Amino acid sequence: MSISTFKGYRRENGRVGIRNHVVILPVDDISNAACEAVANNIKGTLALPHAYGRLQFGEDLELFFRTMIGIGANPNVAACVVIGIEPGWTQRIVDGIAKTGKPVTGFSIERHGDIKTIAAASVQAKQYVHWASEIQREECRAEELYISVKCGESDTTTGLGSCPAVGNVIDKTVARGATASFGETSELTGGEHIVKAKAATPEIGEAFMKVWNSYNDMILKEKTDDLSESQPTKGNIRGGLTTIEEKALGNIEKLGKKTKFVGVLKPAEVPAGKGLWFMDTSSAAAEAVTLWAASGAVVHLFPTGQGNVIGNPIEPVIKLSANPVTCSTMSEHIDLDVSAMLRGEMSVDQAGDALLEIMLRTCSGRLTAAEVLGHREFVLTKLYRSA
Amino acid sequence: MKEFLMHDEKDGVGVAVIDIKSGQEVQGAALHGQAAPRVKALMDIPLGHKIALRDFKPGDTVMKYGCDIGKVVAPIKTGEHVHVHNLKTKRW
Repeated sequence: MSISTFKGYRRENGRVGIRNHVVILPVDDISNAACEAVANNIKGTLALPHAYGRLQFGEDLELFFRTMIGIGANPNVAACVVIGIEPGWTQRIVDGIAKTGKPVTGFSIERHGDIKTIAAASVQAKQYVHWASEIQREECRAEELYISVKCGESDTTTGLGSCPAVGNVIDKTVARGATASFGETSELTGGEHIVKAKAATPEIGEAFMKVWNSYNDMILKEKTDDLSESQPTKGNIRGGLTTIEEKALGNIEKLGKKTKFVGVLKPAEVPAGKGLWFMDTSSAAAEAVTLWAASGAVVHLFPTGQGNVIGNPIEPVIKLSANPVTCSTMSEHIDLDVSAMLRGEMSVDQAGDALLEIMLRTCSGRLTAAEVLGHREFVLTKLYRSA
Repeated sequence: MKEFLMHDEKDGVGVAVIDIKSGQEVQGAALHGQAAPRVKALMDIPLGHKIALRDFKPGDTVMKYGCDIGKVVAPIKTGEHVHVHNLKTKRW
């Protein structure tokens, strides 16, 4: 690997971030308006409106808290203002984020109203922006990164080019000690035996199969047809992918040739150590990337075939494509064109090096296509209906 | 430049890397293995879509990446387009 360092933000807990956001985080759907008002008042902040946070319970509620705390705790966030309708759940999220050592303050709306809450939160957010704006980037090593990988609007070119390029970066960075994660549980169907064989131990392989079987049982229980048009998607089919098996085999190319995965994560769970981890996620891009951002991932590698345009508000999403039509008709969305792989003019190793270079430039501050275009898809995963 | 690529030399289908026209003689290459089949396209095969490298009958399994990608549901001749009209998942 020619380059191995970048300029990042070293956080209070030693973790390394690549962006320096001051986030205004709503605890619940009805606090979105106050958060957006604060973000409008105070330039340099980022509100993250979402649809949930009320009357959830059980495992679904635990996932909700894990996601919200994880987003505030992500190393790409310098400081966080949390606003909720009532103080109890607001404080639970504040306390969770505070464990990182970063500045975080909560505000609740009941007994104050929106206007007084917005005023008080704006004063705090302004102080955070001044403080955060003086934090300097410093030299960090590639192995300090936590990278997530997932493809979208795949076609047959992703399996031929862009996914193997990502796999090459996984092999190169994880071997040096980086942390990485893949997921897309349903989209491993047809290649689950290959994924199982990539587990570091038989026990980890069995743990993966337990998660995959559980997801597959849910699909078989809820489905009303053969899932054609949803998995594969209409876009996948237009691009030439015919079955879930074919799609999964292309997807799995992202795992690399040599790397074994070292554990299985619940949705939004923080990896306990270095290496490649499987996370149980949906295959829908915005949901999955939000779960990885909540688990602390700081940069995402996203191969696309037909041209998925997704971004995430706090975890930059780097897009690469090997489809020459997509690279020419949707060039503003593509950070790295690897279509030369289809012409036999670029090897997997060369594509991996090119991706590594654009990834480290992104980690040093280069904005991704999705960031420049304003893609901030923040989508929470919901496990079942609320009470 | 080749007109189509195969992942594995055992694959029964290739992926068009250009828009292939019906009647065109096309040359393939395998990413893993030595196979370099040459076939005549019997239909237009758009970039990214699959071309049959042998004849298939209903019930046959199609291999790609050296793995099972589904079952044939309508007869397919060498050089024809392989997609949702003649290949289905075995999974759901």
